[in-house]
Amino acid sequence: MIYLTLFYEFFLIGLFAIGGGATTIPFLFDLSTKYGWFSFDELTNMVAISESTPGPIGINMATYAGFKTASYFGGFIATLGLITPSVVIIILVSKALKYYACNQTFKHILASLQPAVVALVLNATLQIAKASLTNILPILIFIFLFFFMHFYKANSVFYIILGGILGFALKL
Amino acid sequence: MRILIDLFITFFKTGLFTFGGGYAMLPILKDEVVTKHKWADENELLNYFSIGQCTPGIIAVNVATFCGYKLKKIIGALVATFALILPSLIIITLIASVLLHFMENEYVIRTMHGVRIGVAAVLLKIVFDLSKRIYKQSIFKKADITVFMIAVFAILVLKISSISIIFLAFLAGLLRLYIERLRT
Repeated sequence: MIYLTLFYEFFLIGLFAIGGGATTIPFLFDLSTKYGWFSFDELTNMVAISESTPGPIGINMATYAGFKTASYFGGFIATLGLITPSVVIIILVSKALKYYACNQTFKHILASLQPAVVALVLNATLQIAKASLTNILPILIFIFLFFFMHFYKANSVFYIILGGILGFALKL
Repeated sequence: MRILIDLFITFFKTGLFTFGGGYAMLPILKDEVVTKHKWADENELLNYFSIGQCTPGIIAVNVATFCGYKLKKIIGALVATFALILPSLIIITLIASVLLHFMENEYVIRTMHGVRIGVAAVLLKIVFDLSKRIYKQSIFKKADITVFMIAVFAILVLKISSISIIFLAFLAGLLRLYIERLRT
């Protein structure tokens, strides 16, 4: 039953991806190797589209990945799975604990998760780089974009679109 | 009923006009929730964000659930959260269904290859920014670097899954806390 699996896997992501945004990406990589629902290239396309369309990135990623896996209803189920832990936890927090969820002890433990999260995002970045930097020209574009970011500050979407324009113009 | 409709409209707008999620939502929510509807004051809104950051899940969803629950309990939480994700569901489904038909096209392939390079560059920047911020705020810099190194090794060499990594880091955090308590 593909819908149950989708719901379960995205439920886990919703539970473990602390911090949101780019932290969802490594978990989707795991799904790609575990089930083969989508390839690395497709996953990277998803990141690009999620970054350049409105809405929280995690939600966009879930909708896209679910749609790729099991069409319209799949997108809905994956998104539902992703948000279920949040909704349940927040309702419990506001009901019983009030502001206790953020007490000092919990903050300490969460702070120790952060380096591990960075390692996960770094790994996802390396995978995407490995898959897209196939030749000397892509590598040059990559270096150009990375340094361009330091001199010209803009939204992430800007650099992603610029990459697309360069890819189109330089016949990658 | 009136409040539920207002909740729906407010969070639908937030989902539609926020690029990137997380703190990018703060200005829109401030205008809508604090200034226009007075559902929460500015401090409460910031509290929602900090709780959203230290509970699992997507921050935007956490904030929507919080606001909705405060006003109309569970039904409010569900309406606000559903309204927030609805724009994403519609837009992404449309793009995905259209894009999948063009994936064979030579020009689209070229453009998407460039786009993926852009994504790699943006992600690398995110990794650098995150590392810098975490390192600056860190109280135990040596411990954090050690956790990072072990995590990199576990991911690249041992190929441990992301969920296990987070779980192990959580255990490491507990252990560190325990050791600190013993010392003091």
